[in-house]
Amino acid sequence: MFPPIPNPATKPVPPKFGEQDLIRRSASRVTPPAQRQTEIAKLIDVSKCIGCKACQSACIEWNDTRPEIGVNTGVYDNPHDLTPNMFTLMRFTEWVNPETENLEWLIRKDGCMHCADPGCLKACPAPGAIVQYSNGIVDFVHQNCIGCGYCVKGCPFNIPRISPVDHTAYKCTLCSDRIAVGQGPACAKACPTQAIVFGTKDEMKHWADLRIEDLKSRGFQNAGLYDPPGVGGTHVMYVLHHADQPEIYANLPKNPTISPIVELWKGVAKYAGLGVMGFAVAFGFLHHLVMGPNRVTEADEANAENLTGGNPS
Amino acid sequence: MTARDIEPGDMVHKGHPVTVDRYTAGARLNHWVTAASLILLALSGLALFHPSLFFLTGLFGGGQWTRTIHPWIGVVLFFSFTGLFLRFWKANLWAREDKAWLNRIRDVLTNHEERLPEVGKYNAGQKFIFWGMSFLVIVLIVTGFAIWDQYFNNLTSIPVKRVAVLTHSIAAVAIICIWIVHVYAAIWVRGTISAMTRGRVTGGWAWRHHRKWLRELVSGKRGG
Repeated sequence: MFPPIPNPATKPVPPKFGEQDLIRRSASRVTPPAQRQTEIAKLIDVSKCIGCKACQSACIEWNDTRPEIGVNTGVYDNPHDLTPNMFTLMRFTEWVNPETENLEWLIRKDGCMHCADPGCLKACPAPGAIVQYSNGIVDFVHQNCIGCGYCVKGCPFNIPRISPVDHTAYKCTLCSDRIAVGQGPACAKACPTQAIVFGTKDEMKHWADLRIEDLKSRGFQNAGLYDPPGVGGTHVMYVLHHADQPEIYANLPKNPTISPIVELWKGVAKYAGLGVMGFAVAFGFLHHLVMGPNRVTEADEANAENLTGGNPS
Repeated sequence: MTARDIEPGDMVHKGHPVTVDRYTAGARLNHWVTAASLILLALSGLALFHPSLFFLTGLFGGGQWTRTIHPWIGVVLFFSFTGLFLRFWKANLWAREDKAWLNRIRDVLTNHEERLPEVGKYNAGQKFIFWGMSFLVIVLIVTGFAIWDQYFNNLTSIPVKRVAVLTHSIAAVAIICIWIVHVYAAIWVRGTISAMTRGRVTGGWAWRHHRKWLRELVSGKRGG
């Protein structure tokens, strides 16, 4: 058993991280802090999940969101997708293993992966609406959010949702407000089987190795850790019994990266666009400076008068 | 016989100097509504295009308001521009002399008006601006709806939205460049701006820049 995070002291404590620990801030430059915090991570062991949705309940309770009462369409997913009020979601997949002919019930807790290279943050046009702390947490700052939905386009995992109520983007915060005072995420706290554990990223990787070893000994040859390098690694990782085919877990992307279209839009296009417009203005100035205005002459007016029949009427 | 580049209201008045009616009050109003929309769209769009221009959102009441209002101004521009398109498309059809004019683009830029062929109401450069803007307005409205997530989020998938947002920004840069050329040409070629403010130009201006059009007007070939 992974040692659970002890209950916090009842006295108020100063937050462990804040503005001074930002390593990225959307649409702004930040001076990276000289001292970086230890990277933290949440490890979701899919093989241990029993699908109880305690994590979803804990998330709703801690974040004080009020998801709508849904409808049943014949699957266990409830609600049917992430919403501005549901930051995490158990996605259920019934998968027949072609090797064993066994039905496997794959249950993946979906939510923000807290990428080291966050596509949402890169796409965001509003200064300070998305921030990344040196401990790895990617957080949305709602008072700076303008609700444009660019983060939705930037995210390789289809996670952020725009609230139709306050027109800002919502997603899992990794319980940054709990972690700041020494607690673990609400979902990890609530999980009855330790399918969700929380600690430093190194601890989590080490714990995952033990889990993978155990799974392999039970016949899951392809068990492995999901910490995709395409986004620089994530601060929410999965232990998968079939790590060779993550897509069977409700379309978990095999090699997620920030879309090259988003990279182009937020990279070359941004600078080239300003450059081209600046060039057009500069050309106008220079042309006028060198060539001067094109003026109508007296002769032109005289010609027009001749053409129209001479004498003024 | 009719000339397709004569628009309703185009008329020559004898005098000293000769004056030529070029744009009706309706066309001018239509133009300025479009112009105001385009400028507001450029300012609000650029605010979201590059972080160093985000301060422009202050003009619209902040980021949330900029995000809200930009697409609506786009709708206004689309309908307004459609009005301009219906007014001007016929006079902007390609004419035989346009190729010769384009071949002499060097003389155009060096103010050697006398070496250019006589052109109708619009020269090839103006036609390029007209058709370029027409094309880009369509691209912008289509891609704009694809990323107007507040109302049309479910119309398109995220991969489609990514292509749409990139295309939208490139098309916006292109139309702003065309707009810069359009505004600069109006300043560079003196006597042009009165066409859109008062609706008329001098006979000398028409003789110098659109002689074929002036001749058609004088000889009474009414537009069809």
